[in-house]
Amino acid sequence: MKIHEYQAKELFRSFNIPTLKGIVAKSADEAVEAAKQLGGQGPWVVKAQIHAGGRGKGGGVKLAKSFDEVKEYASAILAKPLVTPQTGPEGKNVNTLLVEEGCNIEKEYYFAALLDRATSSIVVMGSTEGGMDIEEVAEKTPEKIVKVHVDPAVGFLPYQARLFAFEFGLGKDLQKSFHKMMSAIVDAFIKTDASLLEINPLVQTKDNQMIALDAKMTFDENALYRHPNIKEYFDPNEEDPQDLEAAKWNLNYIRLDGNIGCMVNGAGLAMATMDIIKFSGGSPANFLDVGGGANTEMVREAFKILVGDKNVQCILVNIFGGIMKCDVLAQGIVDAASQISLSVPLVVRLEGTNVEKGREILDKSGLNIITASNMGEAATLAVKHAGN
Amino acid sequence: MSVLVNKDTNVLVQGITGSNGSFHATSCKEYGTKVVAGVTPGKGGQNVEGIPVFDSVYQATKNQRIDATMIYVPAPFAADAIFEAVDAGIPLIVCITEGIPVIDMAKVKNVLENSQSRMIGPNCPGIITPGGAKLGIMPGYIHKPGKIGIISKSGTLTYEAVYQTSNLDLGQSTCVGIGGDPIIGSTYIDLLPLFEEDDQTEAILMIGEIGGSAEEEAAAFIKENITKPVFGFIAGTTAPPGRRMGHAGAIITGGQGTAEAKKAAMKDAGITVVESPAMLGATIVEHL
Repeated sequence: MKIHEYQAKELFRSFNIPTLKGIVAKSADEAVEAAKQLGGQGPWVVKAQIHAGGRGKGGGVKLAKSFDEVKEYASAILAKPLVTPQTGPEGKNVNTLLVEEGCNIEKEYYFAALLDRATSSIVVMGSTEGGMDIEEVAEKTPEKIVKVHVDPAVGFLPYQARLFAFEFGLGKDLQKSFHKMMSAIVDAFIKTDASLLEINPLVQTKDNQMIALDAKMTFDENALYRHPNIKEYFDPNEEDPQDLEAAKWNLNYIRLDGNIGCMVNGAGLAMATMDIIKFSGGSPANFLDVGGGANTEMVREAFKILVGDKNVQCILVNIFGGIMKCDVLAQGIVDAASQISLSVPLVVRLEGTNVEKGREILDKSGLNIITASNMGEAATLAVKHAGN
Repeated sequence: MSVLVNKDTNVLVQGITGSNGSFHATSCKEYGTKVVAGVTPGKGGQNVEGIPVFDSVYQATKNQRIDATMIYVPAPFAADAIFEAVDAGIPLIVCITEGIPVIDMAKVKNVLENSQSRMIGPNCPGIITPGGAKLGIMPGYIHKPGKIGIISKSGTLTYEAVYQTSNLDLGQSTCVGIGGDPIIGSTYIDLLPLFEEDDQTEAILMIGEIGGSAEEEAAAFIKENITKPVFGFIAGTTAPPGRRMGHAGAIITGGQGTAEAKKAAMKDAGITVVESPAMLGATIVEHL
């Protein structure tokens, strides 16, 4: 699960990771009010709060030198969808701003913590190329990225802080506060079950402080049950409405740009079904895994989502019943078809537990169903009926 | 012969009194698996379809040999159940539970590495030696004793492979579902040598998917160490980057973990890559 910068900074503060003072605003007037509350002579920074990265490049981060400028920039950012290299050409609506005090930057760094699946440890990486796109740094100047591995049961060690400090030439007076901050970063990562914690840039100020100027965090969804406070940070405005509907029914759904809607049980088989559609000359409209324990209701709702996608010209159901029984699946389809009119061809391939019962339910339903006896045939038929 | 489990394997079921645990303990027993005990804390002294229930793994292992445990404990408590099995020295742990936090698995993995136990899963269908023993949630009846060893990250896609190889009379020696999570107990490399040594296995089918680099590492290992024919399939050729495809580990990040890269590594290692999932069985027949 992704959260906004201002939310990540709230978490940062609770772990004593230094940040600048900032106030959240929902309108241009609130932004000016926020700047006044922050006080000082300015400048202030007005930052769009959306989940996609690259906000600066899209004009979503502005330095304002006066209250008038705060108002001007805030209105401009809220007025239209923000397009960044990560949002796609349609952009993302901005509903929330973060207004922060400014600071005098001496040097910018990049720091991130993420889980390394190969070593079952946390990788903490840092670079002197703060503010840059880290993937570009990794590609062009990999020697500028320093990595250490942290055992989650052991935690961050003093030598690891020294390693970064000496590598980056941090002055002696900074080393103690730097170590404290790095420990706090790793602590925050572990204790919140984060899957990514990224600070780009982390800055050294002219008066020799280290501050997280930006904050990005994503979390392991399997662990949210133990973090009710983080669960509340979920922002439905950032999600695709169809994805939200699917999530409500515990369905794994990802919309794609093809025209063959697929409903499959199991993630591997669902991916393989998309692949075989492509292999047969067609294009899948979605990934949809109804899961191992789907009931009739879930199948019905999944089916509605597929029918609701205007791009879908044909639906392909590919089920290998294991724990999930074919008759349950068949009943779900029949129920859905009785509630909504099915205007596109439906190709069904059923195999596995209770397959005979399932086929019987479909046969008796009077629905116009094209049956396939194996996966290859199902894909060929779906591609044909989708008009490819 | 077979790999890891057979009809003489003494099996424990952790979380046996839950709805999943009791259902699958019973179905495994019906398949012929020697399910000798179950554990649910606080339910010691009860029984599930004649299988005695103990309060702890310690108690269950006191007076009898346990060769393997199947874990159906809910995700928040699953890591604890694994640690308990490791501590009791159970040689084989099969964890079916889905949705274990990844940081829990990182801690589990480090403990496993310094133990006598081997773990399969989590978030997997389990292991089956057709006609011998079933430790998992797969439908037993689609399997047939035979000569193909299957190692797979996916559940239903494995059923598909099993179904095809059964229909073509190839059958299976043993099928292991290793799970699709980012951190898993055993990966392809840990299991490939067992199939190489197994007399019954004549060929190995490896089913992978996008995300991580386990398939590439396996390909390099196969090139050096495996003499039996290996067939490979990778799911997710059409998966968009940056999106998690159902399994927690199935995600392409920063250009890493694509199906194309995995297939190329497999071909380079001499593995026969099957492009269409409908041709898994037919391709093996054609080459054997």
